Amino acid sequence: MPKHSRRLLRALGLVCTLALGATACGGSDDGDPDQKAVSPADVQAALKKGGTITVWAWEPTLEQVATDFEKEHPGVKVELVNAGTNNDQYTALQNAISAKKGVPDVAQIEYYAMGQYALTKQLTDLKAFGAGKLSAQYSPGPWNGVRAGGEGVYALPMDSGPMALFYNKTVFDKHGIEVPTTWAEYLDAARELRKADPKAYITADTGDAGFATSMLWQAGSRPYTVDGTEVKIDFSDQGAKTFTDTWQQLIDEKLLAPVTSWTDEWYKGLGDGTIATLATGAWMPANLASGVKNAAGDWRVAPLPQWKTGGKTSAENGGSALALPELGDNEALAYAFVEYANAGKGVQTRLGNGAFPATTADLQSTKFQETAFPYFGGQKANKIFAESAASVPDDWSYLPYQVYANSIFNDTVGKAYVSGTTLTEGLRSWQEASVKYGNEQGFTVGK
Amino acid sequence: MTSPVVTVSDRSATAPSGASGSTPRLRTPRRRHSPGRPRRSVLLTVLTGLVLLYSLVPLVWLAISATKTQEGLSRSFGLWFDSDFALWENISETFTYNDGVFTRWLLNTLLYVVLGAGGATFLAVLGGYALAKFDFPGRRAVFAVVIGAVAVPGTALAVPTFLMFSEMGLTNTPWAVIIPSLISPFGLYLMWVFASEAIPTELMEAARIDGAGEVRTFFRVALPLLAPGIVTVLLFTMVATWNNYFLPLVMLKDPDWYPLTLGLNSWNAQAATAGGEAVFNLVVTGSLITILPLIAAFLLLQKYWQSGLAAGSVKE
Repeated sequence: MPKHSRRLLRALGLVCTLALGATACGGSDDGDPDQKAVSPADVQAALKKGGTITVWAWEPTLEQVATDFEKEHPGVKVELVNAGTNNDQYTALQNAISAKKGVPDVAQIEYYAMGQYALTKQLTDLKAFGAGKLSAQYSPGPWNGVRAGGEGVYALPMDSGPMALFYNKTVFDKHGIEVPTTWAEYLDAARELRKADPKAYITADTGDAGFATSMLWQAGSRPYTVDGTEVKIDFSDQGAKTFTDTWQQLIDEKLLAPVTSWTDEWYKGLGDGTIATLATGAWMPANLASGVKNAAGDWRVAPLPQWKTGGKTSAENGGSALALPELGDNEALAYAFVEYANAGKGVQTRLGNGAFPATTADLQSTKFQETAFPYFGGQKANKIFAESAASVPDDWSYLPYQVYANSIFNDTVGKAYVSGTTLTEGLRSWQEASVKYGNEQGFTVGK
Repeated sequence: MTSPVVTVSDRSATAPSGASGSTPRLRTPRRRHSPGRPRRSVLLTVLTGLVLLYSLVPLVWLAISATKTQEGLSRSFGLWFDSDFALWENISETFTYNDGVFTRWLLNTLLYVVLGAGGATFLAVLGGYALAKFDFPGRRAVFAVVIGAVAVPGTALAVPTFLMFSEMGLTNTPWAVIIPSLISPFGLYLMWVFASEAIPTELMEAARIDGAGEVRTFFRVALPLLAPGIVTVLLFTMVATWNNYFLPLVMLKDPDWYPLTLGLNSWNAQAATAGGEAVFNLVVTGSLITILPLIAAFLLLQKYWQSGLAAGSVKE
């Protein structure tokens, strides 16, 4: 078994080597011949037969979907388990896979983490179920995400996060600042705002791997090239320079609030006008509505600022898919649920509860685009999101060990936010650390 | 320790009350200040005051924040009240949110504490007593193992334990949390030291001469004398089990078996989840409710605990 299917957690790796021998760690090696086609009839038969499937997901809208699915197919039970959010769940999943026990039938995996599981053959290739035919249903970013740079289809997209600029209109109006359409204007707006109100910042950023990679994506940088186990990491292209030049100025002139995303303080800043904009994925409205209730009506949505005047390029930030771990049982039933949730009736249920779709039909439907958001003063924000989704370049790839790479972002690039290091130097040390780790894991990583 | 001489038939054998029974009598050259009336030192008083303040501020913050709504938390100063006093709403919402799953977590935690900490204390008392009062080959080896085990943090063992338990098919069951909690090397060590100080060997011999078997001697003679130590160990293991986080995090995937620590963390994580609902007010209120039993346990068992801590500090 190739060495590269080693796990992610260093601690676990050690344990694996000690306790189980290297071969038991990582992907399945039970010689399961892939690509046995599973016909829709087989799936139907499984649904008739019934059974229980375990789904690990933290996406709140799935609860209703699971309930509906059980109603539609009596005899089928969906155990929906919130096994933790993002990293917590990946750790749990990796532990279960290593132990070969308690692996769920379905797992929620974010696009950035997909490669890690897909490349090490820990996920069932859904092409056997005919999932390849669904490609036209999804927007380019998410579909590219579930392919994970490989040949197969390793999951079905659940939601997506085409980026947009959320801005506090009340603050902008108060100081007479124009909504920026380019990142150069954004930098000017940041300066103006600081001048007008020393307590207010254009945005908060203490270094966030997901945000940085999305910004690079939009700026045309393609730092990661993945071809099987051959990986290249290079943060010295023009796109990366475009991004760092502007962002370095924001850091140097102290125009970024030193507040970490998703903390209590961050929510506070979004509420009291001290954090005036937020460039993030289209799933954000639900979080604003629940976490920043006191600023209802203040916020609006604008297209993501561009690097070239008149440009129309966007990127994805966040979003996840539902995959079938190779070691899970009951594949036909699991696939039936995933298809129902992410390509069938479940999609509408989830949209009704505030999820953001990955399906083009929904993105382009009149009903969706005409939805008015009371939180944004009645603005039909979905139009902007849908346009953003259609302008995401689909040639971006993540590392096959992006979860680890992101975990060391703060020790490398993060230094640029708090010390004299520049972003360029930070990216270089991130690159070096990522190359080193990749080679240790059995990938062939070049620069 | 002044131990009343008891015979086995005397049922009123009680633990010596700590406050009067074991005040340390230190020999100091200074005469004007007896140990009962130590000299006042401004510097020390100020220092202790600062430490006290440092320890209490988070608690005060927690108590005040529990009275705020989700909006109130972000709108008001941390160490003072918001205009909305929402404590009662918060408490009722904490118990009803997610179909009242908080109550379930509370009961789970109680289950883990009663079985885990109770079991750990019982085992530590048995083991400590045996190691202190019986001579058998390999005692020193056991001592070395126990001291070594004290040095190994439980967190380091969590993943190996997980792999072992998953082989046995015990993961994702309450046993996965309870069984590892039963072992408390530190508790065993403490009981050992305590037992060797608190139980006069003569007393055990007296009991044997009176015809009591080993089991009876242990339960009727040794156990009452060990009470302060038992309470100390019980408090330690209780706090450890109540606050246990990493072990259940690794072992449990089913929210129905979560202890409070994991449950509150999952609520906290909602704020950082796309489409999740930020419920900081419930996390804060839940945390306050979570620590109340611990505070109560400390206050109620303080008397025993203090005497337990000072045990063995004075030769009598």
